Amino acid sequence: MYRIIKKEVLAPTLSLIEIQAPLVAGKAKAGQFIILRVEEGGERIPLTIADFDREKGTITCVFQEVGKTTKQLGTLEEGDGIEDFVGPLGLPTHIKDYGSVVCVGGGVGVAPIYPIARAMKEAGNEVIGIIGARNKEILFWEDRMRAACTELRVATDDGSYGRHGFVTDLLKEAIEEKKGLGLCIAIGPLPMMRAVTNLTREYGLKTMVSLNSIMVDGTGMCGCCRVTVGGETKFACVDGPEFDGHLVDFEEMARRSVIYKPMEQLALERYLNEPEHKCCCGRGGGK
Amino acid sequence: MAGKMQPKKTIVSKKNPMPAQDPCQRSKNFDEVALGYQEDTVIAEAKRCLDCKNAPCRQGCPVEVDIPAFIKLAAQGDFGGAIQKIKETNAMPAICGRVCPQESQCEKFCTLGKKHEPVAIGRIERFCADWELASGGLAQKVAPPTGKKVAIVGSGPAGLTCAADLAKAGHKVTVFEALHVAGGVLMYGIPEFRLPKQVVQAEVENLKKLGVEIKVNAVVGKFTTVDELLNGAGFNAVFIGTGAGLPYFMKIPGENACGVYSANEFLTRTNLMKAYRYPENDTPIRVGKKVAVLGGGNVAMDSARTALRLGAEESWIVYRRSANELPARHEEVEHAAEEGVKFAFLTSPTRIIYDDNYWVTGMECLRYELGEPDSSGRRSPVPIPGTEFVMDVDTVVVAIGQGPNPLVPRTTSGLNVNKKGNIVAEPATGATSKPGVYAGGDIVTGAATVILAMGAGRTAAKAMQSYLSPGDQSR
Repeated sequence: MYRIIKKEVLAPTLSLIEIQAPLVAGKAKAGQFIILRVEEGGERIPLTIADFDREKGTITCVFQEVGKTTKQLGTLEEGDGIEDFVGPLGLPTHIKDYGSVVCVGGGVGVAPIYPIARAMKEAGNEVIGIIGARNKEILFWEDRMRAACTELRVATDDGSYGRHGFVTDLLKEAIEEKKGLGLCIAIGPLPMMRAVTNLTREYGLKTMVSLNSIMVDGTGMCGCCRVTVGGETKFACVDGPEFDGHLVDFEEMARRSVIYKPMEQLALERYLNEPEHKCCCGRGGGK
Repeated sequence: MAGKMQPKKTIVSKKNPMPAQDPCQRSKNFDEVALGYQEDTVIAEAKRCLDCKNAPCRQGCPVEVDIPAFIKLAAQGDFGGAIQKIKETNAMPAICGRVCPQESQCEKFCTLGKKHEPVAIGRIERFCADWELASGGLAQKVAPPTGKKVAIVGSGPAGLTCAADLAKAGHKVTVFEALHVAGGVLMYGIPEFRLPKQVVQAEVENLKKLGVEIKVNAVVGKFTTVDELLNGAGFNAVFIGTGAGLPYFMKIPGENACGVYSANEFLTRTNLMKAYRYPENDTPIRVGKKVAVLGGGNVAMDSARTALRLGAEESWIVYRRSANELPARHEEVEHAAEEGVKFAFLTSPTRIIYDDNYWVTGMECLRYELGEPDSSGRRSPVPIPGTEFVMDVDTVVVAIGQGPNPLVPRTTSGLNVNKKGNIVAEPATGATSKPGVYAGGDIVTGAATVILAMGAGRTAAKAMQSYLSPGDQSR
């Protein structure tokens, strides 16, 4: 059992959990992910690491409730346990002094971009942070990002906060303003990362994206997470999760990411219809 | 031949048949296919043994089980004695009795087998092991603590065997497993219908009784490294048994289409994650109507049979050589055929065809013929130009083999690997290029069998015992 020592509801379907996992926290680095399984019989899902505290021995993850497993995870409270928690998996972000780096976080992607921005600044970079969300209500960690970056720009799709528009609008301005950016890192929904890479390609700005493929083991054993990068098959779990966005086959990635969508929908409906799915320990569910 | 034997011995030409679930029924469930002997059949089968002096069967066993001795005890109905005899050299007989390729090991050399069917050594072994599990397990002797700590990386057959032997010798053994449950390929790879997971977990529990600590969710190479285990964490020696955890693909166009699985993924979803219980269990798997499994080994047979159980209407083995070259155990091929798996021999795909949504709609193949024997001694498959045809399939499972998972080799200093990435270890000891570090099983040999991995775990344990307690000649 891995104990949740802190929970924060960031928005109605967006939560932060801090999990006691000293062995993972001891080695975690920006850009890596963990895999968790809520309970016996549950599925293994990857979540990118949003923060870590080596002294406390904790890992922070932010997740959006979209399917059964994340909904179930959302019912857990401080003090509850998670059955399995493994990591840190994947390769860390390549942190070095690029001069200036632009870190783009969209939606829940703001969480994993945060430790990267922080590490990039610590490595001596000027870090331009760009974060965005559909609306003000689901925008989070502006304060943390502001502290981690040299400067921060904010957009919402509906204009309810910050600039009215997309992160790509802000990115375009930043690229044109700050000639000679060394690197762009973008994390967020697939269409957002795709849009970012399409933009930066025009400017020849190298862009890393973090791919959240479907995974099972997360150690390179099953090959479920394979993605085509520069014409070659790579495993997101061990070769990634970050890849050169200009080489990623986003179309294939998008198709592969919805392989189980109908089944996931069924599982979710089934879960929501279970009368006892919200028992106090969060481990209910017709067992 | 008959003249050499005692006069009262009458030869029973055929093995006692293994009771099995009806093929039509079993191809729709995940329950064990082979049901196991009953007490009377096991005694009858054991009595078929000629008890010949030279006991050639033993040379066919990678862990040198004293086969004549345990069979004699079984023939007398002394199953406790028999299992004790087996366990002198084989830590996990309930598993070996089920998954060993006996026809190419012990039973291949059986004297009776020269003119008749050999003694069903594996089935007798399985009965004795199940008898023990049912009776709660025999007490096992553990030597007094030596104060030495050993880390085992990977809890598959090699790691578990090595752990058992070293724990019995009194060392403090910790096993690190990357997945959430111990057993490695025994849990994620081999299907429930061939090796019930309860049997594997019973063996793991036996190991815990020896004082072995098992840490799951522990990926060595990530949360720690072999170097750190030896230096900071105070382990005196490390055994690496991380297996063949890297699936090979065909490298043909369309292989990343939706509906193409590696056998590892297909079997892991089904066995480890129990996708066949979906939606009671959360992990889904998608099996279409027509499944093509590429390859001819045990993993391919397991995949093809699993596909039927998951509801496929047709399940094909697509193999580029002929039936004679199939590397799978005979019994698995027979079972697969009985259940309705179809075979496309001398056939190999050239590309996978998919629709606008990236879902598989077919597979273009070429016909092959057999040419000269290759380095493996088998006749090599040669494509026949112009024989392209399209197989109408919607799911493809690639079961053409696995390579060594690079996580541990890449993060361990001073550890030599070969061109394929396998760890180089001395066959007689399992010793690697790094002092105190031993390796065995598929990570060294490439994908092989459970029993060979167990043999390697045992060999390494012996050498590690000498390394850890140089003065101790008790073993």
